[in-house]
Amino acid sequence: MSTPANRPAPSGAFEYLTTKKDEFVGWARKFSLFPYPFVTACCAMEFMSVSSTLYDTDRFGAALPRFTPRQSDLLMVVGTVTHKQAPILLKVYEQMCEPKWVIAFGVCATSGGFYQNYAALPGIDKIIPVDLYIPGCPPRPEMVIDGIMKLQDKIAAERHPIINEKF
Amino acid sequence: MSDAVFAQVGEHLAGVAREAVVAHGTLALRVEPEHLLEVVRALKEQFGFDLFVDVTAVDWPEREPRFDVVWHFYSTRHFARVRVKTRVPFADPTVDSLVPFYGSAAFMERECHEMYGIVFRGNADLRPLLLYEGFEGHPLRKDYPKQKEQPLVPYREVKP
Repeated sequence: MSTPANRPAPSGAFEYLTTKKDEFVGWARKFSLFPYPFVTACCAMEFMSVSSTLYDTDRFGAALPRFTPRQSDLLMVVGTVTHKQAPILLKVYEQMCEPKWVIAFGVCATSGGFYQNYAALPGIDKIIPVDLYIPGCPPRPEMVIDGIMKLQDKIAAERHPIINEKF
Repeated sequence: MSDAVFAQVGEHLAGVAREAVVAHGTLALRVEPEHLLEVVRALKEQFGFDLFVDVTAVDWPEREPRFDVVWHFYSTRHFARVRVKTRVPFADPTVDSLVPFYGSAAFMERECHEMYGIVFRGNADLRPLLLYEGFEGHPLRKDYPKQKEQPLVPYREVKP
């Protein structure tokens, strides 16, 4: 009111505003996840189950798989990743635009599972950052739904740096 | 039905087969590497073993010659199976390729080559099939450390 337009607003008010905006953007983003299914192995069956009618991840806004990483913001790595496949996974991850999140679906993507040998990557977090691990061989659909809800909580609670002083 | 053809095969190859026994309905022959092509030609052209099932190897680390190379053939005419084994030494694990007889042998020889290091003389394409370029060693040999990894992508540094 009495503050001239060319002077920055008091930081308390700005902080309040950005916090509210972060909340708002987080709320919007958490219900519009576009998963990219990087599906390599038998966990795919469970992924189909959890994403189709009976368990229906559409309820959480995470239903429509985009089959190009450039249009997706959630990388779901479903199944074993071998060393031979690791460069492909890295390339897919690098093609995704920010903001992006990664779910390691199943114990093989989490830690390599029982493939502790020359062929398998011992967990995708060796090469890309992972937000959420869902262990299990394969995980039950309830676990996946619980995982997606936890990821939504994480998205809602984090800062969304698109909101800055310029906006 | 298969007993008759096994008897004929055993009789015909009596001169070159070191062993010929029928186990679990399969005739198992052991031959020397230099007789391999002769034996396979006879199996294919005279006895109708027209399907190449598999080639693999067995590593016996304490034995010399160290490797068994094992082929399986099937006859769609006699409904019979034959297993052919030969022994090759560690210093020169070379056997003749069967690609001139069975085109399908090419891929299986590639796999056997990368996993055990068996060299198939006459197979022009022994590039890695399941493994990748740059992989050192032969992972199904007993002396390959089970958990030795050869990652293509450098691992991230994980903050504590």
